[in-house]
Amino acid sequence: MPVYRDEGVVLRTQKLGEADRIVTLLTRSHGKIRAVAKGVRRTASKFGARLEPFMVADVQIYEGRSLDIISQAESLGSYGANIVDDYPRYTAASVMVETADKVTESEGSPQQYLLLVGALRSLSRNEHAPSLTLDSYLLRALSMAGWAPSIDFCAKCGTEGIHGSFVVQLGGMLCEKCAPVGAARIDAATVDLLDALLRGDWDRAEAHTAVTLSRGSGIISAYAQYHLERGLRSMEHVAR
Amino acid sequence: MYEGIVQELIDELGRLPGIGPKSAQRIAFHILQTESFDVSRLASVLVEVREKVRFCEICGNVTQEVTCSICRDPRRDATSICVVEEAKDVVAIERTREFKGFYHVLGGAISPIDGIGPDNLRIRQLMTRLADNTVQEVIIATDPNLEGEATATYLTRLLSSLEIKVTRLASGLPVGGDLEYADEVTLGRAFEGRRTVS
Repeated sequence: MPVYRDEGVVLRTQKLGEADRIVTLLTRSHGKIRAVAKGVRRTASKFGARLEPFMVADVQIYEGRSLDIISQAESLGSYGANIVDDYPRYTAASVMVETADKVTESEGSPQQYLLLVGALRSLSRNEHAPSLTLDSYLLRALSMAGWAPSIDFCAKCGTEGIHGSFVVQLGGMLCEKCAPVGAARIDAATVDLLDALLRGDWDRAEAHTAVTLSRGSGIISAYAQYHLERGLRSMEHVAR
Repeated sequence: MYEGIVQELIDELGRLPGIGPKSAQRIAFHILQTESFDVSRLASVLVEVREKVRFCEICGNVTQEVTCSICRDPRRDATSICVVEEAKDVVAIERTREFKGFYHVLGGAISPIDGIGPDNLRIRQLMTRLADNTVQEVIIATDPNLEGEATATYLTRLLSSLEIKVTRLASGLPVGGDLEYADEVTLGRAFEGRRTVS
């Protein structure tokens, strides 16, 4: 039976039968996989704790007929414990893994994997505010998946410059000529925040006021919900 | 495919959790072929369980009355409440015979990815029970997995404003197990929660 080994981050787990779980992993080189972890719900399980959501593990998997089976798991990064210590961090991380699950629907990439691991690590170390880490992750994960919002040019006609309207449905900023009647206006500070988050410029992002940060979060969550079609169930529970 | 009602029985059995098509077929034929099998008793129990069983108005445990037998028991210690996820957990803790207080069943754990937030659990009812200052200790006994820990964190934060002792069940090495096989997370927790013996 073919066996392969990869490192992956656990996105979600579902109960299966008496004591098993189906684990959804975003791996570095095999994309997103669903594999069965046998007996992990028993208290004497050897690797149950290593296959909880937000954990990064080195896994050995053998190919099954319908689902693959995890035979070994070694922990590479246990971010779960630090993340669940704080409720806002937990809800932010839940949205991140749900987003990763959706954007890698057809195929995953090493970049998506590294971005998610980086974001979870940053959350667990409490490097930045959870909602800011989440916003930056959402923008960058969507960009990698091909839904990058246009920030410094018009999404419709391509005219360069900072424009005054942001329309989620049309993919970003719009110039005066292209903006539909009644389009939501956006102030220069929020545009700067979006740009900073997309580039990962934390100093610039963190310098903004609470009002701007909250406006940015609103736009980013609407943008993510719209482009991921079925929306994110965990988004409404985010504690900001 | 079997004819008519036999296939219907197999389909219905197959809808139960943990029963696949082969198991459903095996159970269906057991019912058909074994003369000693009392079908009417099973049928009446199934109907009865749906009609009579409900959730305790105080703690949320399953019961046939308005309140469950634990909540009605005057010998139990009213100063402590053990918070669990499911009614199944009440039975597990009762088997230990260690705990003499009351329970509170939340009905699940906080899991945003499944759309379950604090408002979907019986947290408000818990806060109401704690309002009269009788309870001195709340023991959080949610599952030691990620969702359970997150629920415990949320409850701890919520209860910190009240003057009540809040404790969490210890986690660590299983009795009868080998230390070398323990995973690092569990072993780490065991170290964290070690106790003084002398």
